[in-house]
Amino acid sequence: MSSFPWLTLLGVVPLVGSLVVVFLPKAKALLAKQVALAFAIVTLVLTVAMALQFQADSTAQFQFVEQQSWIPAFGISYAVGVDGIGLVLVALATTLVPIVILAGWKDADNERGSVKGYFALILVLETLMIGVFAATDVFLFYVFFEAMLIPVYFMIGRYGGPQRSYAAVKFLLYSLVGGLFMLASLIGLYVVSAQITGHGTFDYASLVGLDIDPFAQKLLFLGFFFAFAVKAPLWPFHTWLPDAAAQSKPGTAVLLIGVLDKVGTFGMLRYCLPIFPDASSFYAPIVIGMALIGIFYGAYVALGQNDMKRLFAYSSMSHFGFIALGIFVFTSIGQSGSVVYMVAHGLSTAALFLTAGFLMQRNKNSALISDYSGVNKVAPVLAGFFLIASLSSLALPGLVSFVGEFMVLLGSFQRYMWVGAIATFGIVITAAYVLRVYQKSMTGPLADGLSGMKDLGGREITALVPIAALTIVLGFFPAPILNVINPAVDRVMTTIGASDPAPTVPSASVEGNGQ
Amino acid sequence: MNPIAVADKALFEIPPLDYSAIAPILILLGVAVVSVLVEAFAPKRARRPIQLVLVFGALIAAFVDVVTLSGLRTITASGSIAIDGPALVMQGAILILAALGAMLMAERLVDPSGDAFAARASALPGSEDEKQFTARGYFQTEVWPLFLFSVAGMLLFVAASDLLLMFVALEVMSLPLYLLVGMARRRRLLSQEASLKYFLLGAFSSAFFLYGSALIYGFAGSVNFGWIADAVSGKTGQNALLLIGVAMILVGLLFKIAAVPFHQWTPDAYQGAPTAVTAFMSTTVKIAAFGALLRVLYVAFGGLRLDWAPMMWIVAILTMVVGSVIAVTQSDIKRMLAYSSVAQAGFIMVGVIATSAAGLSSVLFYLIAYGFTTIGAFAVISIVRDSSGEATHLSKWSGLGKKSPVTATVVALFMLSFAGIPLTSGFIGKFGVFAAAIDSGATWLVIVAVVASVVSAFFYARVIVIMFFSEPNENTASVVVPSAFTTIVIAAGATVTVVLGILPQPLLDLVNNAGLFLR
Repeated sequence: MSSFPWLTLLGVVPLVGSLVVVFLPKAKALLAKQVALAFAIVTLVLTVAMALQFQADSTAQFQFVEQQSWIPAFGISYAVGVDGIGLVLVALATTLVPIVILAGWKDADNERGSVKGYFALILVLETLMIGVFAATDVFLFYVFFEAMLIPVYFMIGRYGGPQRSYAAVKFLLYSLVGGLFMLASLIGLYVVSAQITGHGTFDYASLVGLDIDPFAQKLLFLGFFFAFAVKAPLWPFHTWLPDAAAQSKPGTAVLLIGVLDKVGTFGMLRYCLPIFPDASSFYAPIVIGMALIGIFYGAYVALGQNDMKRLFAYSSMSHFGFIALGIFVFTSIGQSGSVVYMVAHGLSTAALFLTAGFLMQRNKNSALISDYSGVNKVAPVLAGFFLIASLSSLALPGLVSFVGEFMVLLGSFQRYMWVGAIATFGIVITAAYVLRVYQKSMTGPLADGLSGMKDLGGREITALVPIAALTIVLGFFPAPILNVINPAVDRVMTTIGASDPAPTVPSASVEGNGQ
Repeated sequence: MNPIAVADKALFEIPPLDYSAIAPILILLGVAVVSVLVEAFAPKRARRPIQLVLVFGALIAAFVDVVTLSGLRTITASGSIAIDGPALVMQGAILILAALGAMLMAERLVDPSGDAFAARASALPGSEDEKQFTARGYFQTEVWPLFLFSVAGMLLFVAASDLLLMFVALEVMSLPLYLLVGMARRRRLLSQEASLKYFLLGAFSSAFFLYGSALIYGFAGSVNFGWIADAVSGKTGQNALLLIGVAMILVGLLFKIAAVPFHQWTPDAYQGAPTAVTAFMSTTVKIAAFGALLRVLYVAFGGLRLDWAPMMWIVAILTMVVGSVIAVTQSDIKRMLAYSSVAQAGFIMVGVIATSAAGLSSVLFYLIAYGFTTIGAFAVISIVRDSSGEATHLSKWSGLGKKSPVTATVVALFMLSFAGIPLTSGFIGKFGVFAAAIDSGATWLVIVAVVASVVSAFFYARVIVIMFFSEPNENTASVVVPSAFTTIVIAAGATVTVVLGILPQPLLDLVNNAGLFLR
């Protein structure tokens, strides 16, 4: 194991970048963007360099581990490390940030806030996103979890749409409420650990092994789960998401829904299940119920939306239902599928919001589907990317989201036949609303006022190509991410003492990943 | 234990005084007397410089003395004064915050017509006299002896281990404050009304305290905490004198910490007082009063925990909920911070209720963290002004983030700390008291506290929203450039807020090593 502080370095680079950007003169907006992009790309390169050294078959749970005592009085340390799940999510974050910066090149021009401020916030957010996925101290995780709110709050509140203030405050309050319940549980966990071991700790590895009383587990689980369910968001804690998404810049929405919300599902998998195994299985039916409702509710409401960004937000809510479902059916395929789905959803969300953003910029920032028709006649490249994004969202086979969704459904079938059967119907509605948007906006006669619309420029295509490429490549060849995810998921399964149901048909395991 | 015999014994013994242990208090009282003499004999022009030298000299000397005493754990004056770890920590904190408060009171650049105090407090508001005095540039230096007496009272209040001495300290601390509250240069009627309200209600609560002390004397035969504790543990049956006495003493102390339902004076006094005085008293009195409350509950009535805990639960819950909910509706930032201080008192009470070593040390940490954030916040308020003086109405803060980004950022930092966001001192403070409370079994209280924190986050966040997400308009206040005094206070408040949020360990060590109260 290399002792080089990879993760700290990854976190520090964007932070330094944001400081540099902040101290640039206000007039040099272009330079600020270039500097921000450069730092984001350096972070991405470092991530790739780190990922190449990741050993999928290692016996240690976490790699690139660093540990430094921070507040010994409360057993808090600065401890980071990643397992396969953390690694792919860190990679997702560091991949999307440069893309968002490039795609949002002009987002902050002529806005209330300064241009450099927007890009500095993105870089700060990147640091926090890396931190939240890399933390192996529960307290440190919580700090990053809460601190993430601040840049997003400002990104929505200063650079958002007409109702930005309302959306920003709603987002902040929802998240704070969730976060504070998690804080209550966090303190409870600390006290419980102090009562069991004699000295309180926040070290993840020590907490996982604790034999916590089942009743205490149930209470503590609720605090964590509530925070994660607001973040993810699951039905019925989702109402902040459509407002936040609709009022955000496309880039903000991508980072918010594509990466930040994954912290919720990541947290369930990383913290709720291993630390509170008894409570997790106790609450699993309820969570599965919420997930199922979310799948259909989100999809159903998405059907009725005329605002593209709100539609994508509701569709995301439906997808989060799938992710949570995969986690709580306690099968290794389901959980691996959830992690793949997190990545896939990050990519498809990015594609959808960015393409829609490009489209909106060309028509007075209107997000209304009814304002568009026949766009593929004047902007075929844009329409093409929009189609790829849509198909990725409905999980067309051959795209990475299909891998995730299919594995989740398979895992659900293994555990509860009927749950899998119900969830499968969600796919149909997804197809309906996604294709409806495409059909209404991109095909048909050209709408008035769109005749002069320009097709995508070089910068915009550069931003979208990597997403599309990853979507397709990982769709056909998911092995690179599955290879790192599977050992991590197996460890979760072992920790919670769950095992896959014996397959009645021996060939039930797909792609050689079943146990 | 014959009460009369006890009383006789106390009457005829000359209490041995450990002068070195109470030297910080004596320094302040001595300098305060000198300061009165300066008012009487020094020429007008020379008073201010002399007073400032005296005040800061006394504060520094007292602080240095407290630091040199840091290892001391002793009880002196026949058990009336306990100089122990918690007392020394609180005395040190009070002295530092008082010094910061004094800097704000000494500020003379932010108000074009002088300092924060009325040119001549005796002149009728709005009268010709007042205009004359103001025009001639009069200012008062009587505030300084008052200030010193008040600080001395606070130092004694946290060390008093005897109900009578505690009452004396309470009055020495409070009487000068009543006066200081009424001496604002601007909006003088509001200030005088605040002063009168504060005085009347304060006098009531002092009477409660005194009456309670008398009842406790009836029960225990002594006003000394050690005696009372022995008497409490010796009794097995219920005793009406004891319970009513405890309740009345608590009323007196809860008034000072502004717990609901004894908080009514807080918004008026905070709003009406000169902001420098609000900054000073909202931080130091909070520490002193919590110090006294802790000592009374932990030392004198520790054996009675099962009896006072339910009452404290109810008061704590009311304080958190009422403070947070009413703060949401406030449109004046000083009133908002007043209700916020009510809510914060509730959070601190959660730690008090824990009744453990962890509870004590976490309350100490919280008080210090809260003190620095609060004094910084009021210091900022004093420099956000328009033509009519301080612009305390929140609508005048809209767009401040654009007009004065640094000031607005500092305010945002303070608000985040009040709200308990991680990486600020407020978070570590809340964490400490909540952890202590859960550890002692008060899980539901912590859940209520968490809910109240959520509500409180709303109004703290609103200030940030107003500053950063609204456009500046013609009503937006401007930030005046203060002298080094206010700048130092704001910088100190912000620095401590951040440092205690990120590297709290040194202070945690300090409060943990302070140990328990002596008896």
